[in-house]
Amino acid sequence: MYRSLSTVAFLVENKPGVLFNVTNLFRRRGFNIESISVGPLDDPELARMTITLKADSRVLNQIVEQLDKMVDVIRVKRLDPMRTVAREMLLVKLQTSDPMAREEALKHINSYHGLILDIDAESIIAEVTGETETIEEFLKKVSPIGILEFSRTGVTALEKGRLRL
Amino acid sequence: MTRMSGAEAFVKALKREGVETIFGLPGGAILPICDALYDSDIRFILARHEQGAAHMADGYARASGRVGVCLATSGPGATNLVTGIATANIDSSSVVAFTGQVPIPVIGTDAFQEVDIIGVSASVTKYNIQVRGARDIPWAVKAAFYLASTGRKGAVLVDIPKDVQTSVEDMEFPEKVSFRGYRVQEEPDPRELDWASVLLSRAKRPMILAGGGVISSNASRELIALAEALMAPVATSLMGKGAVPNDHPLYVGGCGMHGTGEANTLLAEADVLLVVGARLSDRTTGLVKEFSPNAKVIHVDIDRSEIDKNVETVTRVVGDAKLALTGLLERLRRIRLEASGDSEWVRRINELRELYIMPEAKGNPHMRGPEVMRALRRSLPRDAIITTEVGQCQMWASLYFDSYAPRTFLTSGGLGTMGWGFPAAIGAKAARRDVPVVDIAGDGSFAMTENNLATSVEEELPVIVVILNNRMLGMVAQWQRLFYGRRYFGVELGKAPDFVKLAEAYGAVGVRPESLEELEREIRRAIEADQTTVIDVPIDPEENVFPMVPPGKGLKEFIMEA
Repeated sequence: MYRSLSTVAFLVENKPGVLFNVTNLFRRRGFNIESISVGPLDDPELARMTITLKADSRVLNQIVEQLDKMVDVIRVKRLDPMRTVAREMLLVKLQTSDPMAREEALKHINSYHGLILDIDAESIIAEVTGETETIEEFLKKVSPIGILEFSRTGVTALEKGRLRL
Repeated sequence: MTRMSGAEAFVKALKREGVETIFGLPGGAILPICDALYDSDIRFILARHEQGAAHMADGYARASGRVGVCLATSGPGATNLVTGIATANIDSSSVVAFTGQVPIPVIGTDAFQEVDIIGVSASVTKYNIQVRGARDIPWAVKAAFYLASTGRKGAVLVDIPKDVQTSVEDMEFPEKVSFRGYRVQEEPDPRELDWASVLLSRAKRPMILAGGGVISSNASRELIALAEALMAPVATSLMGKGAVPNDHPLYVGGCGMHGTGEANTLLAEADVLLVVGARLSDRTTGLVKEFSPNAKVIHVDIDRSEIDKNVETVTRVVGDAKLALTGLLERLRRIRLEASGDSEWVRRINELRELYIMPEAKGNPHMRGPEVMRALRRSLPRDAIITTEVGQCQMWASLYFDSYAPRTFLTSGGLGTMGWGFPAAIGAKAARRDVPVVDIAGDGSFAMTENNLATSVEEELPVIVVILNNRMLGMVAQWQRLFYGRRYFGVELGKAPDFVKLAEAYGAVGVRPESLEELEREIRRAIEADQTTVIDVPIDPEENVFPMVPPGKGLKEFIMEA
């Protein structure tokens, strides 16, 4: 089902209230956000937002138009998945007091090119980045070990090659 | 650069925008600005409730084509504006609202009369701004007027903390403002015009649906010329009424839930439909899949997000309605399109018009809505401005009161705000002192903002209120009568108040005519006397507004009787 996620990236004025206005637009029009990530750009007056969502093409067009209409949204683009690199980051704390579990955890973290950020007698905190599907896969694999908690950043994305927002 | 307080800069910035009139109600958090206004020649019109102030600003804007300005204090003053702001915004009316706010150091502490009006108004404004420093006031005022009056017009709110109003700083007044993310595409793309004109020229049964965008871009003349070039019938959305003189041979009336039989039937039969400056809300389209099902739809709008939002189009023209219509007309002239006034399609228009003439009521002792509208029309000059309340009175006005010019039929279309018409009439009168302004009211709706009788009398902005008094919330009662088995719930208003005495209590004139002739006499007398007058017209509480498309049905399925 994650194949049907669409990604919309946009530049906004980096000032208070803009994130509220964007999410308020989604709430008001009944569009659902799967993930959202925001960060300032090298020009401190700008921020880039990336939103992923599930919607048919008609609704997506409407979302892009509505976002584009917002005074504080400078540019908006629906990203073509074939020409886009998309990543999200996962922090996951696994229950690893059992040595077998610890070994299993390390194996999966390694095979997903994860980083171990913290380790103690009871648990491991690992960082894994990848496409949403990769994160989902990883979570599925480590879930039998015992996930104590996890936190995801939401997707951030750039178009490949010469394409720009 | 000039050194002055934020409040003084505020007044100067308003003057630079050409503001002559503000509607509002003072209060603690806006007092420094009120004090600065004391020294200016800007007219302050005191409403008796902030909702009224916002509606007055809205009526002023719609009647004049200028920006309407309202002002309130923080907290309850600001929240009372919200209905008026939402009403203006959804109808794309240029209104700028200024609210006082508690001083910056106490924002967020739930201080006395503190409300997060920026958060509250976010969904019902085109934009809003909280000014955080006195030096930003000139920019914020300029930005508010710019955004409210360009592109798709709308409501903008500017929130000004009290300490920002009193702070003294060096001020600069910008000549213009810009936003990187705000671009208005006024000039349509020539390729879009080419394609649209080809479609129109090939149509056998072309039709035009005109909305409020035609009025706000002053495009009536171009619309009429295009309709005549195509010999296409023109229907209007509620907001578009007046875009075409209602006695024009190609005008077929409003369409939608209470559209005319001919407009709704022709929409079903058209093969190409040109929609201009209308956002095609559910009240206009009925069941979307049956809205003009045989037509290729061309949508002209300055707001591209309106296109394909509710109705799928074949092609679009993004841009200002006047420029778009001019472009289409030029192209049609170039291909020497000569539509005949004697085509089957034109004959069909006339045939349907004859078919759906509403029969005169016989043997009913009451005055009826349609007859009251026709009597009003007879007794008013062509350029009189009508505002309406909401409900049956509004729909009778839409169906049976002929408007002949843009900006003479003002109504709350998108929000259907009860209590809108009367304060909007006061605002319209402030803008157009030279013409009679009449609020066509229902008793329920008028009762919501009747306290502004005090404003009308005290400020010498005399308007005429014609109440179609059925002692009911008439339209809700009509729905309960037709669709809920006459189980009337919460719609019977009884005899109170006596509107004649109420008018007199406020120092206005109150009359209760007993016949249409007497009604016409009273209207003429009120115009002559130039006094605020409430005319209470008793009507039949059982009367329905027809035609009506039952909710959830297609436009063709309108009913003409119960």
